[in-house]
Amino acid sequence: MRFALLVIFIFSFLKLPAWALGEVSTHTLENGLEIVVIEDHRAPIVTHMVWYRVGAADEPPGKSGIAHYLEHLLFKGTDTLAPGEFSEIVDANGGMDNAFTSYDYTGYFQRVAADRLELMMEMEADRMQNLRLTEEVVRPELDVVLEERNQRTDSNPSALFGEHRRTLMFTNHPYRNPVVGWRHEIENLTMQDALDFYKKFYAPNNAILIVAGDVDPQEVFALAEKHYGPNQPSDQIAERMRPQEPPKRAPVVTTFEDPQVRQPYMIREYFAPQRKAGDQKEAAALTVFAELFAGSGVTSFLGERLVLEEKSALNVSAWHGSLSYDPNTFGIWVLPAPGFEPEEMQDRLDEALKAFLDEGVDADHLERIKGSIRASEIFALDDQSGIARRYGMALTSGLTVQDVKAWPEVLNSVTAEDIIAAVTRLIDPKNSVTSFLRAPKEIAQ
Amino acid sequence: MKQITAVFVAIFCWVAPALAAIEIKELKTPGGFTVWYIPEPAIPMISLEIGFRGGPLLDPDDKAGAAYLMTGLLEEGAGEYDSVAFAKRVEELSASFDFDATTEAITISTQFLKANTDEVVELLRLSLNEPNFDDVAFARVKAQVQSIVARRATDQGDIASDYFNSVAYANHAYGRPFQGTEQTIANLTQDDVRDAHKRSFAKDRIYIGAVGDFTEAELSDIVDKLFSALPETGGDFPDTTEFAAASTTHIVEFDSPQSIAVWGHEGIKQDDPDFFPAFVMNRILGGGGFGSRLTEEVRVKRGLTYGVSSYLASRDLAQFYGGQVASSNDRIADAIDVIRSEWKRMAEGGVTDEELEDAIRNMTGSYVLRFDGNAQIASILRYSQMDNFPIDYPANRNSFIEAVTKEDIARVAKRLLREEDLFFVVVGNPEGLEAEVVTRN
Repeated sequence: MRFALLVIFIFSFLKLPAWALGEVSTHTLENGLEIVVIEDHRAPIVTHMVWYRVGAADEPPGKSGIAHYLEHLLFKGTDTLAPGEFSEIVDANGGMDNAFTSYDYTGYFQRVAADRLELMMEMEADRMQNLRLTEEVVRPELDVVLEERNQRTDSNPSALFGEHRRTLMFTNHPYRNPVVGWRHEIENLTMQDALDFYKKFYAPNNAILIVAGDVDPQEVFALAEKHYGPNQPSDQIAERMRPQEPPKRAPVVTTFEDPQVRQPYMIREYFAPQRKAGDQKEAAALTVFAELFAGSGVTSFLGERLVLEEKSALNVSAWHGSLSYDPNTFGIWVLPAPGFEPEEMQDRLDEALKAFLDEGVDADHLERIKGSIRASEIFALDDQSGIARRYGMALTSGLTVQDVKAWPEVLNSVTAEDIIAAVTRLIDPKNSVTSFLRAPKEIAQ
Repeated sequence: MKQITAVFVAIFCWVAPALAAIEIKELKTPGGFTVWYIPEPAIPMISLEIGFRGGPLLDPDDKAGAAYLMTGLLEEGAGEYDSVAFAKRVEELSASFDFDATTEAITISTQFLKANTDEVVELLRLSLNEPNFDDVAFARVKAQVQSIVARRATDQGDIASDYFNSVAYANHAYGRPFQGTEQTIANLTQDDVRDAHKRSFAKDRIYIGAVGDFTEAELSDIVDKLFSALPETGGDFPDTTEFAAASTTHIVEFDSPQSIAVWGHEGIKQDDPDFFPAFVMNRILGGGGFGSRLTEEVRVKRGLTYGVSSYLASRDLAQFYGGQVASSNDRIADAIDVIRSEWKRMAEGGVTDEELEDAIRNMTGSYVLRFDGNAQIASILRYSQMDNFPIDYPANRNSFIEAVTKEDIARVAKRLLREEDLFFVVVGNPEGLEAEVVTRN
């Protein structure tokens, strides 16, 4: 049992699926809908997903949360389906369905028996264009979203801390706003806001259809032509140009206090390059670095120093937000041992980073990590919807199918020199936000 | 949408053949172990799922948390390996070991490449049979557990369930958090951890499921190598117990914009002849997400919550029927009113033909979706044994659900659901709720 002391979103590449054995086929319809089919014939099950290239980072100013609110409203009926009927039909067919929103994408999926695929396509194509909303169903759903914010963010100091950190890392880019939205802006979202966003962004030429499972690719393409083919492309889809970050001129250090915190910690984040189409080498070097430096508990460079030798920390981890349309962050988390303050971890981390660059990469450790990458390509074949999700995330982050297929090899070809060079570029203090979560000092124990 | 309505009646024809295709085999090894398994040569990997009944339930009260801490130490060094050497060896072999303690079991999930079988089996054998529990790792992992327990003490959801259990099972191991408390963890020693190891791992409480690229002889060899050295028996199990909370509402004050409520009363045993009717009834009342009455009434119609659900908690030694909801402080009282009236409506009126049909169609149709990958299937094979199901249960499970009638549900609803007996715990600063404000024990 790994004591994952905190739930942090960790982009651990050990969990990345591999692409080699699950055959991948692609096709694009005339109306612009891209299709990816991933074959897995072990069981008569299919995962059907539609990903839109739109998320919270594409929202108009002052309307934070509209992408996520709209995602909820997509279940509220079309010209031919009553509110809630979509899920009822999936349910009645023994399937499960859900949806998700992030900064760069909004996705809808069903898992269902393979012979129900056409029905799913028919309904998903329908709500791509024929959404019909009424005030009667839209109002209570806004309350549901506010309750979601209550439950996931406002009652959770770690989540509030995360929101706070984003506003410091991103001073101009909309990644600074929470996906769920700021409460005062959610409260004022209207049905018209949702419909405007829907009309602008929900169209076949802004979507990717991903089907994984026991299917024949040619049959999937034909069914997609039949059901998604008639949908009209939007003429409002332009290149995604979000406000970019200005040069960062000074390190940022912040302390977030909340009386409920019993497990204080430090997070250091750097503004970091993401995987880019045809150019994934820098991101690959940082992804491998995250594993070497703090990825695997006591065998990692930072874990060995702080947890085993100094005993100043109980646990460490690192992650790289490599799947992202615009540059994102590289993060390092340190949980201090009892008797140590989170603020004390800052110098220790800086010393460890310097030592890592001075000592160079441990060749055996790098080889073990690459072995894990190769093994993870095999384990990944066991996770059908996991592979589908990775394609969806990559394609909505500006990557191609080719980039996804190449990624394990790009990781595998990372050298010690690549890592040292990438880390040297990464750890410019001006690009950093160092943050401490703690209880107010007077009541801290 | 004529077309759509027309197709979904065909689902029954499909379900049975799909599950029949998943044929579970049983193996008795020379060492005396029973294994449920499915060969899956498509990927050169092996998924092994092991469960030991009891786990934290076997801790004495003053040693609560010992089994949890012990489980966390299993990957921290064994045989000639210290914790770093052990971790490096796992990395070299590209294996994944997941040791986990839950309320009443310890589980071990492993995945490894077929090519590394011998080395991985040896490492896993060492970690289970010869863990070091050395000073350094003990101090470090104990501090990690203390940190987790400290965080749980300010987590609203954990406070709610811990308080609920402490009242419902006041004089039983179910009444305490299996992770232990700040006091019990602080006092644990390495000897306590060694005792927990002796209590937990034994031949009379092990359950094994396996899926992957192996022959029966290879699997048999793996299992006997791993477990032959285990003792015949371990710690004594506590007695069965009953739900002891009175019908009242307790408020645990907590500074948060929302309140979390958990509720429950006595439940139904898994081997009760009416368990399947209760199972289907729960799906309709609050177990099925969208489409369930609670979600429809509390979330969809009134927007009072993001999530509400009910569940049958049928454990080895006790059972309750309950649920959970979160609402803002000014609306939680409304949410609880709606939940109470739905509890009553089901007890008095049962379900409609249409609700029953929908529930059966979904529950039978979606069952196959759980058989999603080797690791997932191996874990189903493991827990089906721990639930005392026969080996043909996965093949027949849908027919038990299809056999449930409206009359069955009316009967079990009347017997099981007693709105007037419900015990509610509300953690937050709820407004307009008649209840007793308590302090945490």
